[in-house]
Amino acid sequence: MARINDVGGFEGFGAIDTGDDPEPFHADWEARVVGLFNALRAQGIFNTNEFRDAIESMPPAEYLAASYYERWFRAVCTLLERKGVIEPGELDA
Amino acid sequence: MSGDHADATIAQRVRRLETLLEDKGVLSGARLDEIIDASLSGASPANGARVVARAWTDPEFKARLLADGTAAVRELGFMEGSYQRLRVVENTEATHNVIVCTLCSCYPLRLLGPSPSWYKSEAYRSRVVREPRAVLGEFGLDLPAGTEITVWDSSAETRYMVLPRRPDGTDGLTEEQLAALVTRNALIGTAAV
Repeated sequence: MARINDVGGFEGFGAIDTGDDPEPFHADWEARVVGLFNALRAQGIFNTNEFRDAIESMPPAEYLAASYYERWFRAVCTLLERKGVIEPGELDA
Repeated sequence: MSGDHADATIAQRVRRLETLLEDKGVLSGARLDEIIDASLSGASPANGARVVARAWTDPEFKARLLADGTAAVRELGFMEGSYQRLRVVENTEATHNVIVCTLCSCYPLRLLGPSPSWYKSEAYRSRVVREPRAVLGEFGLDLPAGTEITVWDSSAETRYMVLPRRPDGTDGLTEEQLAALVTRNALIGTAAV
């Protein structure tokens, strides 16, 4: 079954903002999330395919509402819970 | 992340996760800082530009580059140890190439530097495969009607880079001067050189 990330050919996403980004990240937390991803992957806590799957299996409405790096953060949290590194809800305790 | 955790901004939640992982002994803050510093170092479109300039000036290198991109860029010290395959696609008078990752954001980071936001946007990912000519027009690249456009959809295993056409009137330029002409968007295919 196609997932929400499989957008190739879809209509309705509007115009492309072709402007260039002066910086790769728009906020410090985005860089920290990428760092978390790289560090946890390097430690073998999850691999790239599991990470992609965690992003791509997000409920469609949440996927579309989230920014690119919000998806990354969500996926990191999902996998840490799935692997038992953190407890569900622990982050918000 | 809207709605359910409205009481904490995403920056606070990321910080909280870092603290949690540090408390559990999973990851130290210092190690994380190191990894963040390392993750983008050495990733730059200047690398892809060097590869292009070499291909423009060395036909044998160009042949190797088009036959096996991964091995050829390794000759110049790029993508060492990478498990991904690089395929380089050549623009000609008859054909223009453009790259996308419709599923997410796969991209040859070392050679092109950090990807622009538009590359990761649903608008680019959905539209460039359906109406590439119109999309390229929005980037200010108006190709002749007779030019065929090929769109390459990246995957976890294969990344693409465009080899742009060498501009006319550049015969006297050095490899370094040629590399300076090559932009990141030209390596993606949303610009010409």
